[in-house]
Amino acid sequence: MLRFLVKKILLALTTLAAVSVLTFGLFFVVPTNPAELMCGQGKTVCSAERVAMIERRMGLDQPIHKQYVDFMRGIFVGRTIGSGETARECPAPCLGYSFRSDEPVMNIVARTLPVTLSIVSGAAVVWLVLGVSIGMISALRQGTVFDRIAVGTSLVGASMPILLFGPLLLIVLVYETGLLSYPRYTPITENPLAWASALVLPWFALGFLNSATYARLARAQMLETLSEDFVRTARAKGLPKLAVYARHALRAAITPIVTIAGLDIGIYLGGTVITETVFGFTGLGKTALNAALNLDMPIVMATVLLAAVFVVAANVVVDVLYAVIDPRVRLN
Amino acid sequence: MTVTPAEQAAEAAAVGAGGVGPERELIGRSPGRLALMRLRRDRVAIVSGAMLLVFILVAVCAPLIERLYGVGPLDRFPDRLDANGFPLGYAGVDADHWLGIQPGIGRDIFIQIVYGLRTSLMIAFTGATLTLILGIVLGIVAGYLGGWVDAVITWVLDLVLAFPFYIFCFAMVPLAVHQFYGPRDQESVWFRPALLVLIFVLFNWTSTARLVRGQVLSLREREFVEAARASGAGLGHLLFRQLLPNLWAPILVTYSLNLPSLVTAEAALSFLGIGVLEPTPDLGRLISDSVLYIRDVPSFTIVGGTTLFLLVLAFNLFGDAVRDALDPKSTR
Repeated sequence: MLRFLVKKILLALTTLAAVSVLTFGLFFVVPTNPAELMCGQGKTVCSAERVAMIERRMGLDQPIHKQYVDFMRGIFVGRTIGSGETARECPAPCLGYSFRSDEPVMNIVARTLPVTLSIVSGAAVVWLVLGVSIGMISALRQGTVFDRIAVGTSLVGASMPILLFGPLLLIVLVYETGLLSYPRYTPITENPLAWASALVLPWFALGFLNSATYARLARAQMLETLSEDFVRTARAKGLPKLAVYARHALRAAITPIVTIAGLDIGIYLGGTVITETVFGFTGLGKTALNAALNLDMPIVMATVLLAAVFVVAANVVVDVLYAVIDPRVRLN
Repeated sequence: MTVTPAEQAAEAAAVGAGGVGPERELIGRSPGRLALMRLRRDRVAIVSGAMLLVFILVAVCAPLIERLYGVGPLDRFPDRLDANGFPLGYAGVDADHWLGIQPGIGRDIFIQIVYGLRTSLMIAFTGATLTLILGIVLGIVAGYLGGWVDAVITWVLDLVLAFPFYIFCFAMVPLAVHQFYGPRDQESVWFRPALLVLIFVLFNWTSTARLVRGQVLSLREREFVEAARASGAGLGHLLFRQLLPNLWAPILVTYSLNLPSLVTAEAALSFLGIGVLEPTPDLGRLISDSVLYIRDVPSFTIVGGTTLFLLVLAFNLFGDAVRDALDPKSTR
């Protein structure tokens, strides 16, 4: 188990290192000239000295490989950005400063990540509970009216783009009936009730759409498992139906669902940008989008890296969970 | 193990319900004919196939529709808007404007959707086809050659999967635009669509490559491959004349399921403002324009979103039907 884990983590780290080199190279090879971007905020034309000063302050006058090493070291041990009297201390984990607002990128991430985290965690609960239970019931009651309605709805729901579903929810629940107000994010630490009520719409939108896919998957998995010999054996030796379904069949059927859920959550944590845009939240995805449109590369770099960390970490977690849940998986 | 039946299957499914019927006097039926027969018997396939055909026809004949309808995608009707920019009457629907008038800018929504479908389908089909070619070549090479070639391709594949797609798009599109056009130049109409296609291909080849690689791994030890090798066939012949014809069924299924995901992705990127730009009509951008007026003219959002939804739904249903028809496990 330990060897398996170490091997997986090593592979994940290599992938992350490659992602960081590639993104850094891509963003910093392109001559966007961040010093001019920063300086151009005041309406005055930039003098060459001022550009040079900003470059020194941001450490952009260094060769690119040195900038990369500095950047990576900043993440783990902190660094000093720039040199001379304009030098700034940036404690670990340091992601640099925004080209536009000069705010530490770490602060921006710390402000926006909880928003995305809140959206994804709640939505994941919705789609897992709703999707898996509908799929399971559908499989156990195969051919009934419930099953047919569930299959039809999930078939249609799986094709519903959030570009339509999100605005539809807004139209129906907010603008036409006034049941909910347009969401405004409040941190959970401030007011848990306001936090939850603001997030109801994105939870429902993202959760409901995904639950369609999960219901289809859960139904197919459960049907396959129910036709297997060990289920018949368990029934034949006199176990009650519920014990067979809940203990034996569920465990086997849920493994692929855990895999896909883990990967989905990893991907969504990197930013649920459409959901955030539709409902007016400023999460990680929306921040990345705005930063990219402004060519604010330190923020983009940080969000790409963070999202890659989530995806890769989700992969490792899924591999481990797989081994824990499914006794048929043997590690060596 | 010959070329023809599998190719027929590909053609048959691509043409959909409009293909040639099975000839009754034949006793032995090729797999392609069987698949086509199953497809023709499937009511969902007929309906979704017909829907797709209508969408494709509308997109292809957009200029003709424009002439018959009498309104172009860039024509504006400011006299049909009130002082606040809202359309007069119910969303501006009348005999000349079947789906109403866009608030603010005063364009005809119907012709926007007609041309938007054209943009959407053109990008999706080009993207999916190029994805398919890249995925097939890399997958077949990795699977057949094995060794370090396989290791490198698999590693790149895992790397691509670790890249957060949306955030990376945000980063890449503005950078590429900046690189090619600078901050002020007018972009060519073709630049954005071509860039989107490129990004889709770079990110989407993985699923096809993985599938093809897996299939090739199990096929390459078969006798017909060995026979070809023994009779001195070159590598190109082995890969593309011997192996590839046996892979058409699963490849076709991924292709047909790739199309709707590209339609969704393209709409999402345009919705977020980094996809197709003004003045090219586009479904995603139409929805993003409509969201500004969602409170006062909800029908605008619903019309645009529903078109996208129906397009994706038709693709998904037809893709499912193709898969069922080609599935060797289903009864003959």
